[in-house]
Amino acid sequence: MPDRPPPQMGLLVRQIGHQNRIFRRVPIAAFFTLAFPLMFMFLFASIFDDVDIGGGREVAAAQFYAPGLAVFTAASATYTNIGISTAIARDEGVLRRVRSTPLPRWVYLGGVVGSGVSIAAFGAALMLSVGIGFYGIEVESGRILPAAVTFVVGVASFAMLGLALTAVAPSAQGAPALAQATILPAAFVSDVFMPLGEDPARWMVLVGDIFPLKPFVHSFFAPFDPFRTGSAWEPEHLLVIAAWGVFGAVVAAWRFRWEPSVGSGGVRGRRSRRTQSSR
Amino acid sequence: MGVASLAQVSESPSVIVDGLCRSYGSVKAVDDLSFRVWPGEVFALLGPNGAGKSTTVEILEGHRSRDAGEVRVLGHDPARASSAFRDRIGIVLQEVGIERELTVCEILRHYGACYSRRRPVDEVLELVGLTGLGNQRTHRLSGGQKRRVDLALSLIGDPDLLFLDEPTTGFDPSARRQAWEMVDRLRSLGATVVLTSHYMDEVQALADRVLVIAGGRTVAEGTPDELRGAMDAETVVRTRFPIGADGTVDELLGSLSGRATVRDGWLEVRTKEATADLHRLTGWAAGRGMELEGLEVARPTLEDVYLDLVGGDATTVRGGPIDA
Repeated sequence: MPDRPPPQMGLLVRQIGHQNRIFRRVPIAAFFTLAFPLMFMFLFASIFDDVDIGGGREVAAAQFYAPGLAVFTAASATYTNIGISTAIARDEGVLRRVRSTPLPRWVYLGGVVGSGVSIAAFGAALMLSVGIGFYGIEVESGRILPAAVTFVVGVASFAMLGLALTAVAPSAQGAPALAQATILPAAFVSDVFMPLGEDPARWMVLVGDIFPLKPFVHSFFAPFDPFRTGSAWEPEHLLVIAAWGVFGAVVAAWRFRWEPSVGSGGVRGRRSRRTQSSR
Repeated sequence: MGVASLAQVSESPSVIVDGLCRSYGSVKAVDDLSFRVWPGEVFALLGPNGAGKSTTVEILEGHRSRDAGEVRVLGHDPARASSAFRDRIGIVLQEVGIERELTVCEILRHYGACYSRRRPVDEVLELVGLTGLGNQRTHRLSGGQKRRVDLALSLIGDPDLLFLDEPTTGFDPSARRQAWEMVDRLRSLGATVVLTSHYMDEVQALADRVLVIAGGRTVAEGTPDELRGAMDAETVVRTRFPIGADGTVDELLGSLSGRATVRDGWLEVRTKEATADLHRLTGWAAGRGMELEGLEVARPTLEDVYLDLVGGDATTVRGGPIDA
């Protein structure tokens, strides 16, 4: 019987599938990540009329907000979902178990990130398909590459920020609050749901520019922008997003813990927690 | 035991520990421990809460660092635990979780895939008594069933060495019995097992060899029989004993040749002259028309030895789970 360790790439693919399966079995997560932004899409579609862009051309209002909602979906699937679900896995002792198996740690984390990214891709594709199919939004084929590159840089960075969120969340209970308290305010100053309007307060613009969500939204919207002529690349935005990704990775590498956050003190405390937790 | 001594001649130890130390701040959790575990034996670390059992086992598993000492587990230094090391060991940890959303089979298949050798899922389910529950989502399982999934996961990689850290804590008596049978089955399959326990009867039933520790130090080591053999010559006489019944109690106790203790309404005499002491005791009671309820004469149990060794307070060691 040959005792060869299984190939790591195979394990990674397996781990991604494993995390995706867990996601599919938590309906509430699937709802907030995939259905919630779609609801906004339907809502906006019934509120806003088509937009006259001059020259007798009209485009669907969805042309302006669908890309932003797709980005929000992607950010939820990576930052929010990874941050919360990994904190829960840590406090339920799943990460502790992983450490006791020969599964390399990078494969576990790679599975978490890969799963978040694949859910993000699915969610964004769903959003844009609905937009194209039902509301007639358009994108020039020459501008697909900038959109795709923006998407990859964005989800990779937001996945790193998700791991950073887990790393700094004091407990699994704290993680959802921390996630929502960061992503929702950011969404409102980042032109996710709608642009800030003609003359927004300076601080709102500033806050939006500092955090990575607005650069993600703008950079991803550029290829869809019907007013835009010339290049659809936004290198400065991409740089800001990537810098946040590096920051997230550094924080995660610095603070990430594999042990449950509470009760890791005395033996007695640990044991009594175990008896309580036999739900 | 025979198995262990044969193995000592022909094989190298599965676990080597020399001068192991680990402190938490100023508290010495493990203080100069040394022992060997041989292939094919069930080795138990026995001690009261806070004795250093879990710290020791977690160091052996590579989950905790050590301050000093030499440690080799299957030839590896667990402090530099590699995937190759984890591939060959199975661990039942305390406070460990499983993915609630998945079924038992899905979890076993998933974790099984990361080992180079693996046991068939059905075989493992049968071994731990979960046959028929394979398609159950884990959040629907009882606490005892989850603990069996823990055990199943520790076995899925067909390990050379198995760590069981308080495997039956929180179990009801029948679940404990079943867990014991499981360990017995593993022993018959030739597994090497390191287990920790604060249950005397558990160790007596399961272990080939016992290391008794208290305050992080070795108090005694040997087979359960050897530990008991140290006190073989003694007999224990126990009876209910109303305290302050009579002013002559001190006189009675002084006349006994063995060591007498009165606690919680019970008198216990450890003696090498059981016949004479029993005669004095019963004579004294009969002279007062007093019935000695619950009177028994017995060999010391391993628990008595254990209590002697750790100098423990009976309430923390005797009987069932302490913090249930």
